[in-house]
Amino acid sequence: MRSTPDKATDFEKTSKPALGPEHRRSFVIKAIALACGAIATLSPFAAGVWTYLDPLRRQSKASTFIRVVSLGSIPDDGIPRLFPIVSDRLDAWTGFPSEPIGAVYLSREKGSPQVKALSAICPHAGCFVDISAPSDCFRCPCHNSSFTLSGAMIQPSPSPREMDALDCQIDESGQVLVKWENFYTGIATKVPRA
Amino acid sequence: MKLQKKQIVSSNSIGKQLLDFLDDRTGYRGALHELLFERVPGGARWRYVWGSTLVFAFVVQVITGVVLWSSYSAGAQSAWESVHWIQHEMSGGWLVRGIHHVMAQAMVILLALHLMQIVIDGAYRAPREVNFWLGLVLMMLVLGMALTGYLLPWDQRGYWSTRVATNLAGLLPLIGPSVQQVVIGGSDYGHLTLTRFFALHAGILPGTLVAMLVLHLTLFRKHGLCAKQPIRKPDAMFWPDQVFCDAVACLGVLAVVLGVILLPALRAMLEGRPIDPGELGAELGAPADPSQPYAAARPEWYFLFLFQFLKVFEGWGASGEFLGAILIPGLTMGVMFLMPIIGRWNLGHRFNILFTSSLLIGIGLLTAMAYNEDYVALWTDSSSFSDVKDLLEKTGNDPKKIAEAFDSDVQKIAAFNKRSHRYESFLRSEAFLAAVAQASVDGDRAIELAGRPERIPPSGALDLIRQDPLTQGPRLFEQHCASCHSHVDPASAQAKTKMSKSSAANLYGFGSVAWMQGLLDPAAVDGPAYFGNTSHNNGDMVNFVKNDLADTSAWSSEDIRAVIVAMAAEANVYDTGIPESDISLIERGRALISDENRCGSCHDFGINEVNPNMAPDLIGWGSREWLIGIITNPAHEKFYGTQNDRMPSFGVTTDGAIPRLSLSQIELVVDWIRGQWYRSRSSNPSAHHASEK
Ligand code: FES
Repeated sequence: MRSTPDKATDFEKTSKPALGPEHRRSFVIKAIALACGAIATLSPFAAGVWTYLDPLRRQSKASTFIRVVSLGSIPDDGIPRLFPIVSDRLDAWTGFPSEPIGAVYLSREKGSPQVKALSAICPHAGCFVDISAPSDCFRCPCHNSSFTLSGAMIQPSPSPREMDALDCQIDESGQVLVKWENFYTGIATKVPRA
Repeated sequence: MKLQKKQIVSSNSIGKQLLDFLDDRTGYRGALHELLFERVPGGARWRYVWGSTLVFAFVVQVITGVVLWSSYSAGAQSAWESVHWIQHEMSGGWLVRGIHHVMAQAMVILLALHLMQIVIDGAYRAPREVNFWLGLVLMMLVLGMALTGYLLPWDQRGYWSTRVATNLAGLLPLIGPSVQQVVIGGSDYGHLTLTRFFALHAGILPGTLVAMLVLHLTLFRKHGLCAKQPIRKPDAMFWPDQVFCDAVACLGVLAVVLGVILLPALRAMLEGRPIDPGELGAELGAPADPSQPYAAARPEWYFLFLFQFLKVFEGWGASGEFLGAILIPGLTMGVMFLMPIIGRWNLGHRFNILFTSSLLIGIGLLTAMAYNEDYVALWTDSSSFSDVKDLLEKTGNDPKKIAEAFDSDVQKIAAFNKRSHRYESFLRSEAFLAAVAQASVDGDRAIELAGRPERIPPSGALDLIRQDPLTQGPRLFEQHCASCHSHVDPASAQAKTKMSKSSAANLYGFGSVAWMQGLLDPAAVDGPAYFGNTSHNNGDMVNFVKNDLADTSAWSSEDIRAVIVAMAAEANVYDTGIPESDISLIERGRALISDENRCGSCHDFGINEVNPNMAPDLIGWGSREWLIGIITNPAHEKFYGTQNDRMPSFGVTTDGAIPRLSLSQIELVVDWIRGQWYRSRSSNPSAHHASEK
């Protein structure tokens, strides 16, 4: 649209013939200029990217069994109850001595010494699954996934899989230990996060 | 006179000389001229203002953003705390934060308008394709800044909705999990999530945006304005005609933004309420707590459609997730990028207009649906579902039994199922509203605690909340005590049903005169609020109250009153309810309590040494130590001893296991029951009741 001549092209046109005779030298100079420039700018950039991707190279601690509660505290009525998972926690440079790091639903059938542990994290996209008093099921407040009290999906369900069961042990002194793990959400299989 | 004139002339000429000098070295006049004297074909029009308002909005975001930046501290123990400082302590902090918050939302609306105008005018067609693509990139950058900004205050809302958003990013094929890990800075949310989001929000994204914006504007100038056809009016100059329109529009945008911020203040003023500027502008919820569910987690309204879109794929499993969160949004963006090419054909242009407008309408509809689902309980009458509720309760939601109830009439069953579905959504909405109300109570409480004169401990505001009896008491009570005890105001509507379900005393107002009065009331002592549902319902205490106390020759009403007041004085809870005039009765009451022929015949009260297992020791009854003691071990000889009904020992175990409650948890419950928690001078006492619902 603009009719004014471009100054840069003008300049190139007039000065081009001067470069002609030294064409080969000019090629070497161009190559060196490009290489120097590229090395100078790309190496700090590469260093930056390398550092920025540091989280990928960090392994999180292997998940361990964590003492949650004593068996007696879980009423044997089959209704899951929410218990905090308390453990030491590292958040980058800060270390927290015994802090709630998550929560688990524990339930026990009548007279049974077996405990069932379900992670409170929704397998759909990671909201906190609620257990609502009036009806007998789990509900996720985010996209309405519902699960039976044993964690099975109630169709239709936005969640692609049932609630994540966690490994559970009971030690000699009657303590319930739960293997606390996070899983990838939104996929049909239960894959623990690295 | 003459001299003065000469002076003006000379100072003028000095100014001119300076400007000449500047122009000579920089050529600013030419540049300015080029900037302002652009031809606007067909004259200035209001429809061209959107691009300028967006630039304006971005400049406002940069200005307010840098100011916020100067007081913000990214870190899990400092982000919420510093935002609280900005919002509630810094003068004008609420205004700057409010503008930043509301302008971000305005930008999203302006983006939609700008896009719509470009598409309708066909301004994406050759030679402007690249500029259209730049525009789309700019749009994504703005949305990215909105997304990352939402997390920065590190409150419950931002925390939980960002979790959902980043989990969705994890669904990207192949690279998803790595992208997620890089963005949140590890496998868990914390310091690094904040520092990274902040770097994105205030560095990487706006930096890229500026670069793209420069290109966008340069190309815009290169191609000139794409005039709306047909051109009916003569051309005009950018300055002043279009600049006038643009400036007015920018002022309009600012006015709307300020209006949104100040409207609540105006309302408060009209209602004669005092105005707390900390309440204006952007909200600040309770600090992020990974262990505390947040059922009201929703993204900002302009992302709500995506959130709602995921619900469309109910029952599709993992592929639905992928479709809803990745594939369809990705394809939509793809079509938009192709628009300049599609638009080469006349029909293609029509398609583009249709596509963009249906997209915007679809987004609007999804947003409306999302709001409707969340708030439907506000405009539905719960009683209209009473029959559904009854039948569901009767049949236990067993389809067979429901079919029986309708004599297997298929039509009736279908109708019922439809209504029960509606009832289900009603319940969900109710739960959402309750969660919103609770979130606002929690948020207010966090702000109240953070405003204490001692301020926030180095461990952060979350620690304040975790150690706050008012916040934690009800939760612990619900978890550990509520299966037996109720805690409900006897005067409230649900008191009856709640108390009938509990098998032990109602602890609302425990230790107060009113509570004690009920205990010593022959009509109430064996009711559900006291011993009614316990094994003591026909025990010595109940018999004593029903027979001995009722005998007016043995116990004058004055005597009973004295005992009540003396007991309340022992407990000395926050809201003890002892009237000034009754203080003199305390001594008399104490004498009656320790009298071996009266209370002292069963209860220990310091001096009379009765069988320790008979009845609880009344020295310091209801005090902090006494309550901690009884909760720790009710079967201790000081309390119920061998007479203990079903109350578990919460603080001791016989086999060396960890007890059910730690001492600090017991203290939290006790302090809550006794009403001992921090109150700011302006705090409203009803917050306590709100948290109970
Ligand atoms: S996160 Fe639970 S339903 Fe979506």
